[in-house]
Amino acid sequence: MNLTLKIWRQPDAASAGAMHTYQLADVSEDMSFLEMLDVLNEQLNAEGEDPIAFDSDCREGICGMCGLMINGEAHGPEVTTTCQLHMRSFSDGETITIEPWRSDAFPVLKDLVVDRSAFDRIIQQGGFISVNTGSAPEAHSVPVPKDDADRAFNVATCIGCGACVAACPNGSASLFMGAKITHLGLLPQGQPERDERVVNMVAQHDHEGFGGCTNIGECTAACPKEIPLDVISQLNKDLRTAIRHGH
Amino acid sequence: MPDTVTATEASPTGTLDGDYDDAAGYYTPGTPLIDTKAPDGPIADRWQNRKFEARLVNPANRRKLSIIIVGTGLAGASAAATLGEAGYNVKTFCYQDSPRRAHSIAAQGGINAAKNYKEDGDSVHRLFYDTVKGGDYRSREDNVYRLAEVSTNIIDQCVAQGVPFAREYGGLLDNRSFGGVQVSRTFYARGQTGQQLLIGAYQALERQISAGTVSMHSRHEMLELVVADGKARGIIARDMITGEIQTHLADVVVLASGGYGNVFYLSTNAMGSNVTAAWRAHRKGAYMANPCYTQIHPTCIPVTGTHQSKLTLMSESLRNDGRIWVPKDQADCDKDPRDIPEEARDYYLERIYPAFGNLVPRDIASRAAKYQCDDGRGVGPEVDGVRRGVYLDFADAIERLGRDAVENKYGNLFDMYARITGEDPYTVPMRIYPAVHYVMGGLWVDYDLQSTIPGLFVTGEANFSDHGANRLGASALMQGLADGYFVLPHTIRDYLADGPFEPIAEDHPAVVEARESVQGRIEHFLTVNGERSVDSYHRELGNIMWEYCGMERTEDGLKKAIDLIRTLKDDFYRNVKVLGTAESLNQSLEKAGRVADFFELGELMCIDALNRRESCGGHFRGESQTEDGEALRHDDEFAYVSAWEWAGDDESNQMRAPVLHKEDLVYTAIEMKQRSYK
Ligand SMILES: Cc1cc2nc3c(=O)[nH]c(=O)nc-3n(C[C@H](O)[C@H](O)[C@H](O)COP(=O)(O)OP(=O)(O)OC[C@H]3O[C@@H](n4cnc5c(N)ncnc54)[C@H](O)[C@@H]3O)c2cc1C
Ligand code: SF4
Ligand code: FES
Repeated sequence: MNLTLKIWRQPDAASAGAMHTYQLADVSEDMSFLEMLDVLNEQLNAEGEDPIAFDSDCREGICGMCGLMINGEAHGPEVTTTCQLHMRSFSDGETITIEPWRSDAFPVLKDLVVDRSAFDRIIQQGGFISVNTGSAPEAHSVPVPKDDADRAFNVATCIGCGACVAACPNGSASLFMGAKITHLGLLPQGQPERDERVVNMVAQHDHEGFGGCTNIGECTAACPKEIPLDVISQLNKDLRTAIRHGH
Repeated sequence: MPDTVTATEASPTGTLDGDYDDAAGYYTPGTPLIDTKAPDGPIADRWQNRKFEARLVNPANRRKLSIIIVGTGLAGASAAATLGEAGYNVKTFCYQDSPRRAHSIAAQGGINAAKNYKEDGDSVHRLFYDTVKGGDYRSREDNVYRLAEVSTNIIDQCVAQGVPFAREYGGLLDNRSFGGVQVSRTFYARGQTGQQLLIGAYQALERQISAGTVSMHSRHEMLELVVADGKARGIIARDMITGEIQTHLADVVVLASGGYGNVFYLSTNAMGSNVTAAWRAHRKGAYMANPCYTQIHPTCIPVTGTHQSKLTLMSESLRNDGRIWVPKDQADCDKDPRDIPEEARDYYLERIYPAFGNLVPRDIASRAAKYQCDDGRGVGPEVDGVRRGVYLDFADAIERLGRDAVENKYGNLFDMYARITGEDPYTVPMRIYPAVHYVMGGLWVDYDLQSTIPGLFVTGEANFSDHGANRLGASALMQGLADGYFVLPHTIRDYLADGPFEPIAEDHPAVVEARESVQGRIEHFLTVNGERSVDSYHRELGNIMWEYCGMERTEDGLKKAIDLIRTLKDDFYRNVKVLGTAESLNQSLEKAGRVADFFELGELMCIDALNRRESCGGHFRGESQTEDGEALRHDDEFAYVSAWEWAGDDESNQMRAPVLHKEDLVYTAIEMKQRSYK
């Protein structure tokens, strides 16, 4: 198929960006969206134009490195990661608009590449269980009910891609944060630090410039791992409890 | 998959006649490697003894000691977290935007541990035995024993961190049998074990970053090792956003930079996986061991066209219920498989290996698929004139078990397949083909995980020691975490007990040399301004490697490959086209450096494969097979690790004949046996 691609180009964080238009012919529907961009980059390179920078690594939908706004939707029209989106989801002659994640907390570094290190800094504020290596008790000494373990797994599948933030009109990272709070909060190991964890993570979230959650639900609709909206209720509940406990 | 299971066990067979040094002229013989520094005594006591003998570092002195760790996968993140907790001053690096994205995240199946929770006869000794045997007796006994020994602590550690492993209704951990092993010793978190383990290690790492013991440098690529006065003392890294070339110095350097399967261009590895960190260390004196050992996985989604950038693995569990076949007649290959009647299908694995059928080990299944396609009976789209795919058919299973049961078991894999191929595997047979998956070779390390450069330690997939010629399922994750949480922290303290070392200045000749080498290479790539893109070279190199150093290797093929690589590399240095600048995010420039190192590694892999005129594990030499086409090992001639020393390069960028040092493999706790699956 033949496509018209409108792509955000921005040389670096400090420069202004603009949309550029490219024509690409002979796109096969078996290509992934990123392979389509690879092909465009080969074409640009041959023409002497700087290839378009975009992030990806595993290309299997698990590392969370890729992420583009495609026709205004985070990761494009399907509920999946950008690397697992294939060109058969588009049609011949289509015009596709491609932009980076847009959020104050995710500054653009170049073209389609953004800085998501704010997510790591949120985790640094308590998104862990404090256990030093070598001091762990025998694994079977703490049983975990299967339902809790399964649910903890379901929310622990968050890949930290940032689509929830990009999709949210408020630029909130509540789904991402709620997934971690819920994961650790469901396990007996996570209880001792539970109050402190939620208070500190939320404080960091606000400090990074993410917006507040007004329960619009765009986040969960865009999430490639289908993290459910109720992790945000859990987040709010944990926060209220922590405050009640005097944190 | 039954990597380890033998239907019958014969004694080692085969001797070689006369002069057979195929690699003569391609390398220089060197002195043998004798001391691996493994302690003496009964194998079960060696690690305890080593830990006791390793000198201690006073807690107050630890913060004066600095450690650089390159890589934040399971091996690097676990080491960084543990060494940070111990109070050392740790600096870590990764090329992704966050340590959580390391390639370890993609591992699906699970992680082994000798917990014997099922009381089914498992033990440390049995895990050790299975692993050595699965590696076709080409791994190092002491290291593997230790791996099995600490495996149980890994599970405790991960559970305490909150890793949501699968559990039974009673709340205890569930296990499954994996890789055809007879005992259930694999711990798993659905098909995402690697992700959950890495998130655990990542969280432990982030905790230390917040505590100030570890500083994280993401989007930084190590491009050179600094070796001063005979010791590894630092790295040269490029900030991938600003292009700044930075010098980072320390008392000791750890490489946890993963495997190099991307030398084949197409593989199941992440796009950025590379050999550069290890290769730069190799060029500075670290030996590269068994580089030709490559694990090829039989159940990947086949290539569909020349645009393809990577291959996707599908869990091997599919072979439990799927039947593998190709049309008997070439003329049927482009037909709809549903229109090909039963009698026109060749269920070749069931035909050739009636005892194991579709469950033969990875290397056998992979090779058999290649033979069918080479024979012109492959299916699926033609790429470069050949169809490279075989059917994995679930029609029988669906009829026998019902669609619901199949969906329950394999639903997520079927969905993934449908998404990538656009075909419905419930109604049309899946297509699969082998792909490069993991490398068993890597930098040579002693029992302490120290390379031949003092002060340079290597962990995880980047080292060579634990997997031999063939890796068992669920063992790489175990190795990464064993190295990082439990082994390295003890062995590195013995080295650090001599520190802090004399500080070295930024104008030390070794630092200056390393920086200049990085700058020189970057400048070169940006000024060639030739005709061809980096990717086009990488793809061509990958084709050569796959064709001649892939599933089957022969003397002629390997010699041809070496010539082709040398010519292509020469062209690369004169004709590559890298646009953009050095002072900004420049992905073509990053790739150019990696591909340059892949050229040299690729040549060494071919030389190593040429030297090893035997078939073992993932290494199949056409010249060494039994009468019925099975792999034939030669323990009398090749029970050694080949450790290659860099011999420099010449004016035209071609490498000089490397030096081969052999480490004899001695088994005291285990007897070598030949495997057979017929
Ligand atoms: C699809 C797939 C499925 C698998 N399934 C299983 C399984 O079920 N069980 C199992 O045991 N194993 C499995 N494996 C193998 C296993 O995942 C890997 O061998 C293991 O995770 C490697 O871990 P590592 O820490 O050594 O390296 P990696 O996780 O690859 O980490 C490498 C790190 O080094 C960094 N790095 C590399 N080069 C540089 C540089 N030059 N500068 C700076 N940083 C650098 C990277 O950023 C990264 O942080 C699987 C592998 C694949 C591909
Ligand atoms: S919650 Fe979903 S969308 Fe948000 S970072 Fe996690 S996986 Fe991505
Ligand atoms: S590249 Fe890893 S999730 Fe897309």
